[in-house]
Amino acid sequence: MIRLRDIKVSFKGFQLGSLNLEVPEGAFFMLMGPTGSGKTLLLETVAGLVKPDMGTIEVAGTDVTEKLPGRRSVGIVYQDTALFPHLSVKQNIMYGIRYLPEDSEYNFDRFVDILDLQPLLDRLPGKLSGGEKQRTALARALITDPDVILLDEPLSSLDQMFKGEIRSELRRLQRESSKTFLMTTHDFTDALSMGTHGAVINAGKIEQEGEIDEIFYNPKTPFMASFVGMKNVFPAEFKEDGAVVKKLLIRHTSDKRGHGFLAIPPESIVVSRETTITSERNHFTGTITSVERAGPVFSISVDCGNLIIVSSVTRSALSQLDLTEGRDVYISFKASAVHVF
Amino acid sequence: MKSGPFIWICIVFAVVVLAFLALPLLNIATAPSPGIIWESLHDGEIMNAVFLSLYTSGMAAVICLLLGTPFAYLLARKDFPGKNIVESIVDIPIVIPHPVVGIAILAVTGRNHWFGRILADLGVRIMGSPAGIITVLVFVSIPFFINAAKEGFSSVPERLENVSMTLGASRFSTFWRVTFPLARRSMLTGTIMSAARALSEFGAVIVIAYHPMIAPVLMFERYQAYGLEYSQPVAFILIAMSLMIFITLRILTSRKRRTI
Repeated sequence: MIRLRDIKVSFKGFQLGSLNLEVPEGAFFMLMGPTGSGKTLLLETVAGLVKPDMGTIEVAGTDVTEKLPGRRSVGIVYQDTALFPHLSVKQNIMYGIRYLPEDSEYNFDRFVDILDLQPLLDRLPGKLSGGEKQRTALARALITDPDVILLDEPLSSLDQMFKGEIRSELRRLQRESSKTFLMTTHDFTDALSMGTHGAVINAGKIEQEGEIDEIFYNPKTPFMASFVGMKNVFPAEFKEDGAVVKKLLIRHTSDKRGHGFLAIPPESIVVSRETTITSERNHFTGTITSVERAGPVFSISVDCGNLIIVSSVTRSALSQLDLTEGRDVYISFKASAVHVF
Repeated sequence: MKSGPFIWICIVFAVVVLAFLALPLLNIATAPSPGIIWESLHDGEIMNAVFLSLYTSGMAAVICLLLGTPFAYLLARKDFPGKNIVESIVDIPIVIPHPVVGIAILAVTGRNHWFGRILADLGVRIMGSPAGIITVLVFVSIPFFINAAKEGFSSVPERLENVSMTLGASRFSTFWRVTFPLARRSMLTGTIMSAARALSEFGAVIVIAYHPMIAPVLMFERYQAYGLEYSQPVAFILIAMSLMIFITLRILTSRKRRTI
């Protein structure tokens, strides 16, 4: 377990915190955030490579704030692997063994087997592929048996082909070792496929933390909604009969009153050429202002009287309904699809 | 691809510069007859001066290595207020006239200065001694070592040191096992450059120590007293011996690292 309390770090003009964060024991914790938000700095603070101005850091129940990096029981794996280029794979893996207490046991063969490094032991890092380097860096971090493994975007420099392979290995290693993994990423696929818990950091502050599904499906702030890819995020005034957004009344299922925000997932919005009124649905008329390709689907912006609502439709719907710029359409979505925060 | 006029102009200029550099050296190498060189090799005064040159410049290079390594590491790794000023101070010996260096060192190591008096009380003699020559040579050559070593340390990613420390290594151990092996070529290059610079120093040394004579001072003396013909063999022997040393060091440092 990692517990950060009132941590504040000033580093090269960047201010991290003050922040509190709790990483549950045995969790695969995903620390997400935009570039420059302070993810790596937070990781290096936990590792003891950067000294906090204030606050305390606990690792596995021990206050390590004043301890040296090598006495914190943390291993770190960087995005660029940071393998020692002058040492062979075997020497890299064994690097930390001499610093273990005399009676310590370590299992070189186990990690070499698990990570399939046997054929590579005599090679220098310069002769390894991206995936092989990552596996070596993982073995080097794991062999000293730390309580926590810190992973700084370990997949971002890998080819798509290797990513899946390393994801599976990371997941398996974390489950088998029951260690706490704290990993930074800005790739949602990494977060959703590996993470059990997570947090989003923005400009040095924690925006939201919790179970990974909760973060993605129940964002608490407009930034979070935008960060997890929600479109149609609007400030609203919540009244008894619905939320007012630029004079439009949007029905929802929340009890919220007063000022706040709402978000409507584009995939929950139905675009049609004819009205389909039901008691459950929000329905508006508008004019298509743009049609853009967004990966396998199309993103359609509809001007509903000063409020641009974005919907996503499939290619077949686009051609069947002949949805083109300037065309008047109806849009509708369920009250339950409206996310309120 | 066919070379255009631009490349030909570049080649012409390169040939001019090479000829400018090589001609005087070639003349020194060929001017003394083998008989004179043989005679010079048995001239005690010449050989003493050559060996004193090699000894003092070698010692200066070792001192540059020992004193300059921590300083270069600090400059490569840490940002601090006034860093630019500190780096400019390091480069000062490169830009100021070398007799000025000799006079400046003489001023602080003489009996009229408190520092000079402390040295005298400790029994350290700077004026007219090998210690004085080495002091001057360290002064003029240490920027070459510090700048080369700093480049070497800067090229070692800080993350390697971070990982080493999380694996339990102290900063000293990290330096010894990670930083030094990866920066040692730059450090060796810096050492060779500082030794080469020290070996060629004349202007600052002549102020501090005309005697005992290093090879450049002896050359100057023989040129003034007896003319060009008598100074050339000293130059030839000095160039030949220093070339042998530097080529050997270069070969040793450029050998491909053994595959582990």
